Amino acid sequence: MTAPVLQMRSITKTFPGVTALSGVDLTVRAGEVHAVCGENGAGKSTLMKVLSGVHPHGSYSGEILFGGEPAAFRDIRASEQQGIVIIHQELALIPQLSLAENIFLGNENARRGIIGWSTTLRRAAALLRRVGVPDKPQTRIADVGVGKQQLVEIAKALSKEVRLLILDEPTAALNDEDSDKLLDLILELRDQGIACILISHKLNEIRKVADRVTILRDGRTIETLTVREAPGDPADVSEDRIIRGMVGRDLDHRFPERSRYEGEDAGRTALSVSGWTVRHPVDPQRRVVDGVSLEVRRGEIVGVAGLMGAGRTELAMSVFGRSYGQYERGTLHIDGREVRARTVPEAVAHGLAYVTEDRKTYGLNLIDTINRNISLASLPKLTRRGVVDEHQERRVAEGYRDSMNIKAPTVFEQVQRLSGGNQQKVVLSKWIHADPEVLILDEPTRGIDVSAKYEIYTVIDQLAARGKAVLFISSELPELLGMCDRIYTMAAGRLTGEVPRAEATQEVLMRRMTQDDDS
Amino acid sequence: MTTTTTTPTGTPPDGGPGRRSAGAALLNSLRTNMRQYGMLIALVFIVVLFQIWTDGTLLLPNNVSNLIQQNGYILILAMGMMLVIIAGHIDLSVGSLVGFVGALSAVMMVKHDVPWVLALIVSLLIGAAAGAWQGFWVAYIGIPSFIVTLAGMLLFRGATQIVLEGQSIAPFPKGFQNIAQGFLPEMGPYTQYHNPTLVIGLLLIVALLWKEWRDRRAQLAYELEVLPLGLWLLKCVAIVAALVAFTLTLASFRGVPVVLLLMCVLLIGLGFVMRNAVIGRHIYALGGNKAAAKLSGVKDQRVTFLVFVNMGLLAALAGCVYAARLNAATPNAGTMFELEAIAASFIGGASMSGGVGTVMGAVIGGLVLGVLNNGMSLVGIGTDYQQVIKGLVLLAAVGFDVWNKRRTGS
Repeated sequence: MTAPVLQMRSITKTFPGVTALSGVDLTVRAGEVHAVCGENGAGKSTLMKVLSGVHPHGSYSGEILFGGEPAAFRDIRASEQQGIVIIHQELALIPQLSLAENIFLGNENARRGIIGWSTTLRRAAALLRRVGVPDKPQTRIADVGVGKQQLVEIAKALSKEVRLLILDEPTAALNDEDSDKLLDLILELRDQGIACILISHKLNEIRKVADRVTILRDGRTIETLTVREAPGDPADVSEDRIIRGMVGRDLDHRFPERSRYEGEDAGRTALSVSGWTVRHPVDPQRRVVDGVSLEVRRGEIVGVAGLMGAGRTELAMSVFGRSYGQYERGTLHIDGREVRARTVPEAVAHGLAYVTEDRKTYGLNLIDTINRNISLASLPKLTRRGVVDEHQERRVAEGYRDSMNIKAPTVFEQVQRLSGGNQQKVVLSKWIHADPEVLILDEPTRGIDVSAKYEIYTVIDQLAARGKAVLFISSELPELLGMCDRIYTMAAGRLTGEVPRAEATQEVLMRRMTQDDDS
Repeated sequence: MTTTTTTPTGTPPDGGPGRRSAGAALLNSLRTNMRQYGMLIALVFIVVLFQIWTDGTLLLPNNVSNLIQQNGYILILAMGMMLVIIAGHIDLSVGSLVGFVGALSAVMMVKHDVPWVLALIVSLLIGAAAGAWQGFWVAYIGIPSFIVTLAGMLLFRGATQIVLEGQSIAPFPKGFQNIAQGFLPEMGPYTQYHNPTLVIGLLLIVALLWKEWRDRRAQLAYELEVLPLGLWLLKCVAIVAALVAFTLTLASFRGVPVVLLLMCVLLIGLGFVMRNAVIGRHIYALGGNKAAAKLSGVKDQRVTFLVFVNMGLLAALAGCVYAARLNAATPNAGTMFELEAIAASFIGGASMSGGVGTVMGAVIGGLVLGVLNNGMSLVGIGTDYQQVIKGLVLLAAVGFDVWNKRRTGS
C-alpha cells in the first residue's frame, strides 16, 4: 500500500442553518484515481471547496494533511502553490484568449511584468502535446470544442506542477469519444504519479478509471470501496453496490401523508407535453431536450428524476414560455387544449407556473421586500385601474407569511436577509398566489434544512389536494419516492422511463438515470 | 425649500417608516434607505450652513424662488434619469436632447410663428420620439444603453447645431418665457401675501392630512400595524409646520413659480407611478433581477422602452424650460446636464446596478447640488472650486453608502 498523499479527517462545515459536511473523512493515496460519488447535495462540492481553499482554513473544523504536512489554505492560490488544482464543471477559460494565454493565465511566463512570448508558446506547445491536443497554442479557446477545452484545463493544471488533480464532473458536457480521451489521459497522468480525485455521477466511468471510490451521503462519509487492487484487474465492485451506498437511508416520517383530490375533474389530464425538443442556446448542434413526452393529471404529483445535465430544468423552462434554449418542436396541451405559450406572460396566462431551481438568480429580486416579491407574478390581481392596492398586497403577503411560516418580523424585510428555506417559501408563495393550474417545481427543497423541507412538502401536497397538477423535479430520490404518484426518469435529454410509485425504488430509478442511450 | 426637506418624513417616497410599525420595520427601513435619509440630513445641513454663511440671504423669499427656477430643469431631468437608473440603464444623451428640443422650439416659434402652446406640445412629442428611438435600440435590439445614448449624445448635439446653423435664436413669446420665469397670477383682494399661493398651500395641507388620515384608517381596517397615535399626530404637525413655512416664504414674494408647479406635478405623478402602479413595480423588478423579473412575466422589453420614452419626454420638457429661462436657444444649451442629472440620482440613492432609488431621492440629490451651486455663488466661490466641491460631494455620498452597506453586511 502506498502512502497517502491526502488525508482529510473529520471535516465539518456548516452554513447558516445547514450542516453541509459532518465529520467527513477522505484519504487519497499517491498515484491513485479516487472517485467521490453521492447524490446531488451529498456534500461533494463543499468537500472539494474545503480542500482547495475556497472555504478557507478556519471556516470549517477538522484536519487536512497534504503530503504528510498539515495544510491550512487561505484561498485557492495557497492550495495551488502546494499542487492541488481543481477543475470545475464550468470551465474557467477565457474564450477570446488563445490556448497558450489560457494555460498560463494568472501564472504568466513573465519577467518584470513583461510576458516572454517565445517561452510561453514553447511551453504551451509541450503541455498541449502532453494532453493530446493537436491544435496550435495560438488558437482561440472559442475555436476549439468543449472536449479540447477540458483537456486545456488539464494542461493548465499541469503547468502548475500539479500533485493532486480534482475533476468535478469532467465528462458531463462531453460526448463519448471526448470522454474516453479524457479518461485515458487521467490514467496516463496517474501512471506519471499524479493523484486524481474524480467526482462523477457516471458509474461506468468510475468502474473504468477509479482505483477506489468514497461514497458521501447527507454530508457524511458512508464508505470507501476498492474498485480494483491493481490496474487491469477485473472490477470487484458492482454498480449496484455503489448505488446502494449512495441512496441507502430510511424514508420514515420525512414526508406528510398524501391527501386525495376529490374534485369531479380528478384524474383529468392537466398538462400534456409531447415530442418536446429543445436545442442548446449557443450550441445549436446539441439537443438538450430530445423528444420528451409526459403527462400530469389534476391532483397528481409527478416526479422527474435525473442527474445533472439530464435536461430536466431545460425541459421545464422551455415549456414555461420557451424561456430556455431554442425551441425546435413539440406540443403543449393544458386541460386538453393546445397552447402555444411563446413568452412567459402567455404561459402564466394559460395557468402555468415554474418555480426555479436557482431562486437567487431566477426566482427573487433579492434587494426587494417579501411582499413585493410575492406580488410580482400576480400584480394585476392586486390592482385596480393600474394602481397596486398596497394594503391588500401587504395583507396577502402577511397571509402567506403566516400560512407558509416564513420567518421574518415583517413582510417588509428584504428577501436577501432570509434563510434559504424562507426564501424558497417566498418564491412558492409568489406562484401560489398567481393561482396556476399546473406547477412545475424545480428542486424546491435544494439547500434548505430538514424541517423547512417538511413544510414545503406539506404545501406541495395541499396544492395537489386542491386539484393542481404538480410536476416535481428533484435530484433527491427519497423525496420523489416520498411525494410522487409517478416518476419519470431522464438522461441526456431523453425520457428513459416512467415508474409508478408502487414499483419505484431508488435502485430502479438510479439505474434508469445513469443508463446511457444505448438501451 | 422647506417642503422638500420635510415631506419625506411625512409621506415616505418608497414605503418609508411612517406607514409601517414603529420598531423593527422602522429600523430596517432606516438602514436600507440610509443614503436617502443621510442625504436629507445633509441637505438640511447644507441649507443651514449657507443660511448662516450668507447672513440669511439663502432663504430670503426671492432667493428661494430663484433657487427653484435655477434648478427646475435639472430636477426634471434627474427624475427621469432616476427611472432609467432604477431600470438598470443610463442615459447620456439628455443634455444634447435638451439643446435639440430647445432649438426646434425656437425655430418653430421665432422663425415660423407657431403659437407657443402648439410648439410646446410638438416639442414634447419630439422628445418622446427621441426617447422611443433610443429605447428601441436598447430594449428590442439589445445594444447597451451606454452606447446607444452616447451615440444619441453626439447625434442630438450635432442636430442642434445643424438646426440653429451655429447661431442663437431669440427671443421667445412671453407666454413661453413664463414656463420658466413666470409665477401664478395674483388674484383677489390685496393682502400682505400672494393669494393663490396661500390657497394652494392650504389645499396641499388639507390634502396631505386627509391622505394621512385615510391611510391610517385603511391600515386599521385591514388590521395592519399602525404608528402610535401620539407619534402620528407629531408627524402631522411636522408636515403642517413645514408646509406653512414654505407657503409663507413663497407667498411673501411673487407666489408659486410655474416651474415649481410643474415639478410638483411630476414628483407626485412619477412618485405615485413608481410606488403604486404596476409598471413602477416592473421597473424596480427589472433593475433588481432581470432574469427573475422575466420569469415572473414582466414584459422587460416594453418596460425598458417606456422608461426611455419617459426620459425623452422629460428631457424635452427640461429643454423647453431651459430655453424659456435663457430666453434663447443656443447651440451649446444643455451641455453637461446629463452628468448633473446622473450625479443627482446617485447622490439621491440610486445604485449602479439598478433596482434601487426613489423619485424623491432624485429631487433631494438635485437639491443638494442646486443649493451648493446657489450658496457657493452667493458667498463668491468661483465655478472652478464649485466643480471640485460637487465632485467630492458625489464621491462622498456614494462612498458613504458603500461603507454603510459593508458595515451592515447587506
